[in-house]
Amino acid sequence: MSHFINRQRNVLDFAISSLLRRRLKNISLLLLYTLIVALVASLIFFVQSLKREAALLLKDAPDIVVQQLMAGRHDLIKTSNMERIAAIRGVTEVAPRQWGYYFDPVFGANYTVMVDTALGYDSGNAIIGQGVARNQRIAAGDIFTLRNAQNTPLLLNVKEVLPYESELLASDMILMAPRDFTLLFGFPEDAATDLAVTVANPRETITIAGKIAEMIPNSRPILKSEILRTYDSIFDWRGGLMVTILLISILSFVIFAWDKAAGLSAEEKRETGILKSIGWETSDILLLKFWEGSAVSLSAFLLGVAAAYIHVFFFSAPLFAPVLKGWSVLYPAFRLKPHIDLYQLSTLFFLTVMPYTAATILPSWLTATTDADSAMRS
Amino acid sequence: MIEMLEVSKSFNTGKPNEFLALDKVNLVIRRGELTILKGPSGSGKTTLLSLVGCMNRPSSGRIKLHGVRTSFMAQGSEAESLDISSLPERFLTEIRRRNFGFIFQQFNLVRGISVIENITLPAFPTGENYADFRRRAAGLLEQFGISRHADSKVEWLSGGEMQRVAIARALINDPELIIADEPTAHLDSRLSREFMDLVAGFRKEGRTVVIASHDPIVFTDPLADRVIEMRDGQIVDQGQP
Repeated sequence: MSHFINRQRNVLDFAISSLLRRRLKNISLLLLYTLIVALVASLIFFVQSLKREAALLLKDAPDIVVQQLMAGRHDLIKTSNMERIAAIRGVTEVAPRQWGYYFDPVFGANYTVMVDTALGYDSGNAIIGQGVARNQRIAAGDIFTLRNAQNTPLLLNVKEVLPYESELLASDMILMAPRDFTLLFGFPEDAATDLAVTVANPRETITIAGKIAEMIPNSRPILKSEILRTYDSIFDWRGGLMVTILLISILSFVIFAWDKAAGLSAEEKRETGILKSIGWETSDILLLKFWEGSAVSLSAFLLGVAAAYIHVFFFSAPLFAPVLKGWSVLYPAFRLKPHIDLYQLSTLFFLTVMPYTAATILPSWLTATTDADSAMRS
Repeated sequence: MIEMLEVSKSFNTGKPNEFLALDKVNLVIRRGELTILKGPSGSGKTTLLSLVGCMNRPSSGRIKLHGVRTSFMAQGSEAESLDISSLPERFLTEIRRRNFGFIFQQFNLVRGISVIENITLPAFPTGENYADFRRRAAGLLEQFGISRHADSKVEWLSGGEMQRVAIARALINDPELIIADEPTAHLDSRLSREFMDLVAGFRKEGRTVVIASHDPIVFTDPLADRVIEMRDGQIVDQGQP
């Protein structure tokens, strides 16, 4: 056993010494490699965390959201439909949801305005998201103004600012009482933006959705599973942006590995000949190249993953945030909660470390199988 | 002892450029002797050395080694008589590593690493403890008077110093046989004589030495037990027995 360990240690020692000999070349190689790994790992961390946050939020989403359509566009739905839906067997609850968007020309921001009946506050009070608070420079206890449908000011007292943890989806949110919502938008009292339907048995969701679509002409029931699928396709491996960035990274890596695999330098070939002539076996030389390749690729992998972790979880992914966080004017200033998917990290490991190590070993294998006396004839 | 029976070696077999480097050579190299192979370029000296040193296999004929150390036959014992003519590379390497030390015409040192690293290189894959062979290397540096260069890169050394490094490297695994191919080709007369003084030391230690050279300083050295003359892949003079 000690013979085996000593051999590995000695060869690894020489592998590191060999790498340090070509310091400039190997450091630039390591930096480039680290950059590619960091880019892909950042993307994986970022998307995974977003998916996780979104999944946590969608956990409480209604099983079915019923929207009314008018000429194929989203329209307001009459609250009188609620009773009919509630009468369908298997439906446990139907609740109206009133929400919309408000553009504030003074601050140049778009807010998401929602009615929350569970607030327990009267008219004239509101709860706002962190982004709104930052944008308007207000805090709990302050009063702010929105311009209503009659172009007169609607004064609202800030009761609370939503906690930091909910910033991802609630950054631009203003929660208010139904009366204020009606005043702000001139919203009809007998209508809702959509209806939230809760179903007792998830297996019946599709059947119930079909019944709703039949019962209310021009309605569109949206299933929770459809929302989840949409999120997945946006953020998952197949998501366009993700795939594009991954492809570019993998392509650069392939070019990079190809360059390495394209062959050994004359100096490296000469050294292989020397090592064979002084008693190194083909397997010893392959072990040396394995350690050389592993030292570079493992270091790059670890450094890249560490850099990605810092980039995403300490600095909130400044490279991707403007593209991937959404379309809102008020970008959430939240820190993603560290979440690492071991499966995806292992995939990254196998996609980067393994091919590079193989690309290092293969050309060496071709050289290392030459006769030991080649060094005598050089 | 090394015994060669009707040994031939041809290169590029079956191709238009096939040539016969050794032609039915019979030779016995005795333990503890200094044997010198002389002859013009292309006479087959280097090919013969590479076969004797287990670097290559003959195309035909037999090569037998007597009293060599191997780990693959009986554990750590000396093989009475071992036919190496058709052994796989792995076994040849094992024999070479344990029993032979090589000194090359071009020194064949690895550039960019230190003198001590170059000397210890043959011991790296043996699985021996690093501290042990490093200590041995320090002793060899001391013996050859190049201790002050231990951490210098080899390319900073003079020709004579490089050769001492190459010799120290050949001795790191304490071989019984030393094989040197044109060792004085890049040395002036003074350094060549110094080299032969070192060879005298090996002989005194009981090591077997085989040198291929066409340098008169080497093949006229009175220490030589035998001077074998080669031409066109054949031995034309077996020298004194």
